[in-house]
Amino acid sequence: MTRTLLFAQRTAREILREPINLFFGLGFPVVLLLLLSAIQHNVPVPLFEPASLTPGIALFGLSFLSLFSAQLIAKDRESAFLLRLFTTPLTPFNYILGYILPLLPMALAQSGLCYLTALLLGLAPSASILLVILAALPSSLVFLAVGLLCGSLLSVKAAGGLCGALLTNLTAWLSGAWFDVSLVGGPFEAAANALPFLHGTLLGRAILAGTPAAEHLLWMLGYGIVFLMLAIWAFRRQMHRV
Amino acid sequence: MNAIEISGLVKDYGPRRAVDGLDLTIREGELLSLLGVNGAGKTTTIKILSCLLPPTQGSVTVLGHPLGRENAAIKALIGVSPQETAVAEHLTVLENLDFLAGVHGLTGVRGKARVNEVLDQFSLAPVARQRAATLSGGWQRRLSIAMALIGQPRILFLDEPTLGLDVLARQELWQVIRSLQGKVTILLTTHYMEEAQALSDRVCIMNQGRRQALGTPEKLIRQTGTDRLEDAFLRIVTGGTAQ
Repeated sequence: MTRTLLFAQRTAREILREPINLFFGLGFPVVLLLLLSAIQHNVPVPLFEPASLTPGIALFGLSFLSLFSAQLIAKDRESAFLLRLFTTPLTPFNYILGYILPLLPMALAQSGLCYLTALLLGLAPSASILLVILAALPSSLVFLAVGLLCGSLLSVKAAGGLCGALLTNLTAWLSGAWFDVSLVGGPFEAAANALPFLHGTLLGRAILAGTPAAEHLLWMLGYGIVFLMLAIWAFRRQMHRV
Repeated sequence: MNAIEISGLVKDYGPRRAVDGLDLTIREGELLSLLGVNGAGKTTTIKILSCLLPPTQGSVTVLGHPLGRENAAIKALIGVSPQETAVAEHLTVLENLDFLAGVHGLTGVRGKARVNEVLDQFSLAPVARQRAATLSGGWQRRLSIAMALIGQPRILFLDEPTLGLDVLARQELWQVIRSLQGKVTILLTTHYMEEAQALSDRVCIMNQGRRQALGTPEKLIRQTGTDRLEDAFLRIVTGGTAQ
């Protein structure tokens, strides 16, 4: 476990010492919340109420974790840092947990900051806010596993493109964060229902509203576990392709 | 005792044979340079010996441990400095060394003592709190080798350690490598013949995955009737002979 924690500490330092990561990880979702709440202030209809908007924005913020993790892993591969480590007593267990563990508190911090901002913007205080912050953990598993998968398979540039552009856009459009996907309907709505992003938003909204959330939690856990298995397979495979 | 014993080593990448029946024995404490043109099989050989690649055929023993069956034991005994500098960019020099020391099980007081020892040995103390990304190429190489040595390996693999360095930085690294000679078994690959001549106890010249010549630099120079290792190397890889 000591080796896993050492590796996790190194991962955390590499990510947190990149200022742009801090901006996108913590600042950007808050800016979005503030901006959309300002719009809400000026329109007569409930478009961006905090209880509806915040779970989607918090989920969108988590999508940046994929980018951080994918880029770090791809960079470690390209710079031969991982190759060096593969010749040491570290095991696949140490690497995989070492890449994932430090991002879990970051996911909690990111989600916590979003809900703190939402409280300042008028979200009604309740104990369910603590639960919804904890719900960032299963949701973040999806994004962390995608990051590990992309970082294990792609170059730094490709991982940046896929996780930084494609995944964040998919999350933005298909999570139902800013609009109801049923208003678009058709294949768009079907895709949103079949992918994890919308369920991540609905999980947060259900917890806040005190309505059943198990179905959405299972969707997130299911996707998280499948992506994690794929990521572990991809990481172990590239260990033998140095 | 022999540090490394290689017998009939073969490595295929699909239809391409990168290492073709290599036989080689390296004594403990020896510095052996693997020389060869690009694609000769040097880096592949080092990757196999450092447990990064499985061989297609042949047997390898590292300090008595059979490769493939006792890789965990082998990994605890070796240090590798890859061709690339392979350092954690956002970590300081101290943190890089500390991290690798911990990976090798040197934590707490023992880890701290070992890090300080290596900082002194490689004259890295003045840049200890500087992030690796801000170091010059020469200092990054120095750090890379220090990281390979932090776990007190009995065998050190140096894959082109002075690649891209200026003359001064190269000379400084030679001093560091010389200071290790006799204490650690070193397997070094390089394209710089003067480096191999200056540092090696023995040289192994590889060509198309095969061992083409093996001996001390002086012996190879004598056998080829040349004045320098570079000329001896050229004669050997372009068709001359030496055993």
